[in-house]
Amino acid sequence: MTTRSFGSGIRRREDPRLITGKAPYTDDIKLPGMVHAAILRSPHAHANIKSIDTSAAASQPGVVAVYTGADTDGVLAGMPCAWLIPGSDLKTPEHPAIAKDRVRYVGDAVAVVVAGTRYEAEDALEHIEVEYETLGVVINPKAAAQPGAAQLHDDVENNIAFTWAVAGGDADAAFAAADVTVSDTITLPRLIANPMEPRSAVASYMAAMGELTLWSTSQNPHIARFLTSVVTGVPEHKIRVIAPEVGGGFGSKIPYYPDEAITAFCAMKLGVPVKWTETRSENYLATTQGRDHVEEVEMAATSDGTITGLRTTVYAGMGAYLSTAAPGVPTILHGLMYSGAYNIPNISGTIYGVFNNGTPVDAYRGAGRPEATTLIERLVDLTAAALDMDPAEFRRKNLIPKFENGHDVATGIIYDSGDYELTLNTCLANADYEGLRAAQAAARAEGRLVGIGMATWVEICGLGPSQVAGAVGFQGGLWESAIVRFHPTGKVNVMVGSSPHGQGEETTFAQIVSEELGVPVEDVEIIHGDTDNTPMGWGTYGSRTTVVSGGAIAFASRKIKEKSKELAAHLLEAAVEDIEYDDGRFFVRGSDDQAKTIQDIALMANVAWSMPEGMEPGLEASAFYDPPNFTYPFGTHLAVVEVNAETGHIDLQNYWAVDDCGVQINPMIVEGQVHGGVVQGVGPALWEGVVYDDNGQPLTGTMQDYALPRADLLPDINVASTTTPSPHHPLGLKGVGEAGTIAATPTVYNAVMDALRPLGVNRVDMPLTPEKVWRAINDAKNGG
Amino acid sequence: MFPSQFTYHRAASVAEAVELLNGNEGAKLLAGGHSLLPMMKLRLASPPTLVDIGQVAELKGVSADGDGVRIGALTTHAEIAGSALVQERAPVLAEAASRVGDPAVRNRGTIGGNVAHGDPQSDLPTVLTALGATINAAGQNGERGIAAADFFTGLLENALDDGEIVTSVSVPGVASGAGTAYVKFSHPASRYSVVGAAAIVSVANGVCSSASVVVGGVESTPTRAASVEAALAGSGVGADALAAAASAVSGDFQGDAMGDVYASSEYRQAMAGVYVRRALEAAVARGG
Repeated sequence: MTTRSFGSGIRRREDPRLITGKAPYTDDIKLPGMVHAAILRSPHAHANIKSIDTSAAASQPGVVAVYTGADTDGVLAGMPCAWLIPGSDLKTPEHPAIAKDRVRYVGDAVAVVVAGTRYEAEDALEHIEVEYETLGVVINPKAAAQPGAAQLHDDVENNIAFTWAVAGGDADAAFAAADVTVSDTITLPRLIANPMEPRSAVASYMAAMGELTLWSTSQNPHIARFLTSVVTGVPEHKIRVIAPEVGGGFGSKIPYYPDEAITAFCAMKLGVPVKWTETRSENYLATTQGRDHVEEVEMAATSDGTITGLRTTVYAGMGAYLSTAAPGVPTILHGLMYSGAYNIPNISGTIYGVFNNGTPVDAYRGAGRPEATTLIERLVDLTAAALDMDPAEFRRKNLIPKFENGHDVATGIIYDSGDYELTLNTCLANADYEGLRAAQAAARAEGRLVGIGMATWVEICGLGPSQVAGAVGFQGGLWESAIVRFHPTGKVNVMVGSSPHGQGEETTFAQIVSEELGVPVEDVEIIHGDTDNTPMGWGTYGSRTTVVSGGAIAFASRKIKEKSKELAAHLLEAAVEDIEYDDGRFFVRGSDDQAKTIQDIALMANVAWSMPEGMEPGLEASAFYDPPNFTYPFGTHLAVVEVNAETGHIDLQNYWAVDDCGVQINPMIVEGQVHGGVVQGVGPALWEGVVYDDNGQPLTGTMQDYALPRADLLPDINVASTTTPSPHHPLGLKGVGEAGTIAATPTVYNAVMDALRPLGVNRVDMPLTPEKVWRAINDAKNGG
Repeated sequence: MFPSQFTYHRAASVAEAVELLNGNEGAKLLAGGHSLLPMMKLRLASPPTLVDIGQVAELKGVSADGDGVRIGALTTHAEIAGSALVQERAPVLAEAASRVGDPAVRNRGTIGGNVAHGDPQSDLPTVLTALGATINAAGQNGERGIAAADFFTGLLENALDDGEIVTSVSVPGVASGAGTAYVKFSHPASRYSVVGAAAIVSVANGVCSSASVVVGGVESTPTRAASVEAALAGSGVGADALAAAASAVSGDFQGDAMGDVYASSEYRQAMAGVYVRRALEAAVARGG
């Protein structure tokens, strides 16, 4: 009988309460005397506010208060941007929680009504009179950066919030010497994260003690506490932030939002608890979105099929203001990954962060890496085609060879470990690539448009060394901490500063403790999400929680193991050097019957009746884990599509994923993460994308218009994996939360372009809606 | 998603519903709620009064009506799709009902609410027009029947008088031996039809003896494809003949083809040709 659980696909212990609807979310919080806030949002994408008259609203039934931006003067600081990229000439124009004299996107907060019920608050909103003077609007990130474009912020010339460059080798020389160069313009649509649970906040302020409690749909409650302090002026130690169950975030619940500040502001002004919960319509306007890139890219190669250079100019839409982590997404998390899984010795990229009259853009599952992987993988396919090489063979020729402990790439980062060709070969074998190509040739002979696409990807995650975080302008650390506490009965609580919200870490963290100390998984409870009863941590995003928090849990467990050995030695009257450990038992070497279980040790440590000289009572340890490097998961994905030439419809027929996230704690959860990630990555390739009209009005403002992936439009996803441990992580973990999302967009895009290749179609803007594909086909047939 | 305040009434009979509708300025009927409630939650509609007819027993159910069927206004899409009587006598209606929205919509949405709302991208108006169905209505002046072809008068507009309610839909049985089909291009998000095409085709001795072809989703009301029907009359029903007939549909649009961010009017009209052809092919294959 073993208690070991690594590699076991045990069921997620958090699921029963989640899938039966018993788990409490922020909107379930009800406090005595609580009132409700509703926020008036700008109907214009860009306008001066000439006047606001709230008097009629204030006299509506049930209304407690109406506030505008002027009421927050001197009380609320502006919304902070917390990733200040060095050397990028970064501009951080003021972002008031409630707009004061100008609105810059449809959804910008203009006023707040607090009333006895949400219905009363919503009714009163309609009685606020705002006089607007509309201004020019810019949406496309490249167009917004041109001289003469409408200006969002008076002190930000050409709307360019920052300009960041990445370079290695001599790209210009590589292009000058190249036998073959290819270029493309890739558009990554603006995406809505669509967590099942919209955002919500409940604020309660106890004036007598000066204490503010904020329930919040946050992926990172400790950061939320820190930023709440910055914005409200309440000292950090007087703030408690609680993230109860959080119904998905996908990055959109990382930022600190105006709405949370407004809710806290109202509670502090009124002295009663205030709740605000986003409607789905508001979520589509006021919750940060993802991507929004225009990428002008080119690749250079020699005639023998060797990639020699990559150049990019990227216009990354930031929306109307810089959200909390926004500048880091298209720079550190994007440009540094330009080498992909390949040896590309010469790289040069320029990234413009550009204000446009849309909802602010910030991290969204994959954050920067899907945008990088898509351009690399598209260029790889185009280059292979230009050289008349098979895209798989071209990849194989250029992949970084297997390495186990560090590989430098031209962008200046050091990949931890990788065996990229293994995932490529495994994926090709699983898919029967040669068979697929033969079938494709037969289909093409019949005039059918069948395409095969692939992507061999690598990402940066497990963020990350705090020293590097500081060097790249992240206004915080990126370590995690954990407290592992044994109770007298041998049961265990683990307090972590990260904040899982659906990823399954209540299960995988327990598996780590079980693996390290031999306690049954069901004896370990994970506590997270409340700043008052968890140690400091920087949050759950960037595929970092299992890696970084898991590292802290492993080290804390190992401290307990060391103390337990000393206590066992004392109890067994042996020298500590003679104590061995196996699967929850401490025994004298060679005398297996002289043993103490971890439960025996926990009881003795807690009652402390007989302790070694100088040993403190209790069996508890805390550890802070600051990773020595990032982790670099990787893999190869492959898809088969057939395009209907008559309608432009794309049938995604088959999908294979081979991912390597290092050691797997729970393969079932890994598979689930890949599944969900792939679906989210297919979305922007085929269906998803925010569309604004020329006035900045969203035309995809509801789920009737914004097309999310649906199960009946997807094939079975064939998931497989390889295991290349991270050399620097105590458990060999790399992280898997974003893998599928990063790989699937270029995989499916490449597949569709492969299908259209016989027609001479090389590019169509994503999402590849039937009409766009139909037009591309017709244009090609008409010689366009 | 918080509607404005409204008064709620539940009617126990058609007569009471008519009375409540006429006695309350701006009142709206609530059936399955799948069109009205979202509009109210978005505050695109703010009726001061709702008259819930969900409990009116006389509005429910499918029954034989001559050689056709009579379908109560409160009958859900799922009930229509699953009705053996509808499947036997008007299979194209069962087929269309099975493709409305998704299971949640089909289990709540009703035929009466669907036709009264009159969304041009809805499936049932197209098929009911092709079938020559009659929409039965009751009002203060009694009951009357309105031909489907006359019922849909514009974008979200219909021929009902103020205070009149849809009570049932009478659907004539499809002629013996006729083949029918409804095919649609679903919007990936809403599942409304970007283009929907209904075809009822009779073939005798390898020649088309009658055809009813209607296209939805392109114009603000269902478009009768008269040019297609004319081309089919007396024509063979081989693949080339059907394709040629289907291509004639471009002549049936009156210049008010709709377009949106997902599908332009030009694209919808082009797709109408494709979907009409597919409908004809399926109908011919099923006939006989």
